[in-house]
Amino acid sequence: MESGLEAPAAPPHKLVEGTEAIVVRGVARRFRSPRGDVLAVDGLDLTAAEGEVLAVVGPSGCGKSTLLELLAGLADPDEGEVFIGGEGSRAARLAACAYMPQRDLLLPWRSALANAALALEAQGVSGAEARRRAVPLFERFGLAEFARALPAELSGGMRQRVAFLRTLLAGRPTLLLDEPFGALDSITRAAMQEWLADALRADPRTVVLVTHDVREALYLGDRVAVLSPRPGRVVSELAVDVDRSPARRETVTDPAFAALEERALEALEKAAR
Amino acid sequence: MSRPAPAAPRAPLVALRRAGPPVLLLAAAVAAWQAVAGLAAVDDLTLASPTETLAALARDLPLLLDAAGVTLLEVVLGLALAVAMGAAVAVGMHLVRPLREAAYPLLVASQAIPVVVLAPLFVLAFDYGLAPKLAIVALICFFPVTVNLLDGLRSVEPDLLKLMRSLGASRLATLHRVELPSALPSFFSGLRIAATVSVIGAVFGEWAGADAGLGRLVLLANNQLQTPRVYAGIVLLTLMAVGLFVLVGLLERVAVPWKRAAEGTT
Repeated sequence: MESGLEAPAAPPHKLVEGTEAIVVRGVARRFRSPRGDVLAVDGLDLTAAEGEVLAVVGPSGCGKSTLLELLAGLADPDEGEVFIGGEGSRAARLAACAYMPQRDLLLPWRSALANAALALEAQGVSGAEARRRAVPLFERFGLAEFARALPAELSGGMRQRVAFLRTLLAGRPTLLLDEPFGALDSITRAAMQEWLADALRADPRTVVLVTHDVREALYLGDRVAVLSPRPGRVVSELAVDVDRSPARRETVTDPAFAALEERALEALEKAAR
Repeated sequence: MSRPAPAAPRAPLVALRRAGPPVLLLAAAVAAWQAVAGLAAVDDLTLASPTETLAALARDLPLLLDAAGVTLLEVVLGLALAVAMGAAVAVGMHLVRPLREAAYPLLVASQAIPVVVLAPLFVLAFDYGLAPKLAIVALICFFPVTVNLLDGLRSVEPDLLKLMRSLGASRLATLHRVELPSALPSFFSGLRIAATVSVIGAVFGEWAGADAGLGRLVLLANNQLQTPRVYAGIVLLTLMAVGLFVLVGLLERVAVPWKRAAEGTT
């Protein structure tokens, strides 16, 4: 019953003001462990604009993966709120985000193509139709010749590319990438960073990229948020305002880039103290 | 997926090297068996030599094969029954947690039942025909099939389930596309165990009361002191179990081709 005295309440789980694609506000998340509760993140605030690539860096175990699970709608915060596209319910976040876990998690019995197509099959598309729809993506990203290969026949970098295509095929406006290249050697890693930058230029999305590699964060992110050790909170935010040429090597050797890298590392060190 | 193996010309050599040790050991065991059976102190009624067994096998082959056909039918149908029931129970227990918690102790108890004692009761309940044998074979095979399938379903990586949830997959879609295929190797491990014990189950069933079958034939021959025929029957029963074991292995290679693909590259 409306009494007329109260202002009409905003519907629950709706963000009224602002147009940010992602809003994290005062979030805390606890885990039970044998030695008592552990706070993974506490007092975490973050925003990302539509189409922005937000890179999150922090030391190991600072709650980066927890942050992504909260964003992805795989868990709810114990305190605070998480909004994606203005919606705060877990179901809405699940529907808005495509989550790419740290490991590729390709199914060993499925070809590369069928693995990527799993994202469509999960939404009820038939297997044949899903594979048919995945083909153009494989062609566009130069993976057509590997489409029929089984994961065991692919290199680590290739597997990660397939996992990324699976993430894209989910067709969600927001991508959540959890250390996508963490398990790769440094040469493959550099090549994959260039590849991902290209892919995001071709198919822009709102992205949250979690990494412990400052250079990767600066190369791929439009903005970089530095997290403190556990419990994770944002201690510094850097806008990446250097010119990034398509060639990674030119970008990372630019003095402006190096200065930014220095600032980010300083912020990380300060947070660790 | 079948791919041309670059090492194909060497494959027969590899097979020979693998088959060598077990064949040698088997030959040694048969030789020892022959030597012991030849000792003066050993009664011919308790131990038939390999040559006597072979002779009985050749002489009674039509009789033995007829009986083996009956037993094989009991075993295969019993196994099929165990797989059908085991798969249904394992999937049900996997999907419904209260059911899993309630049924697990019963599942273990089903394996602890001394089937030897149960067999005569089954014969009383189901009469002399095929039914009691099926029931006994199925009861023996049910446990390894169910427990292994359930373990396989439950050991899917939590991260993979998280991924499926994030992709918007329903519970059944995850079961069908991820959990069941992941559980196949574990299921086949269970089926291999079941295949080897299934023959024992059929023999118990026939001993409790039957008018046909290899188990019954062995029991009769024993009563009639036809020791070589007893041994010939045992050899056939063993071959049957080993053959089923090998067959399950071949089935697994067809059903789980990615297991070999993964082993080939690591």
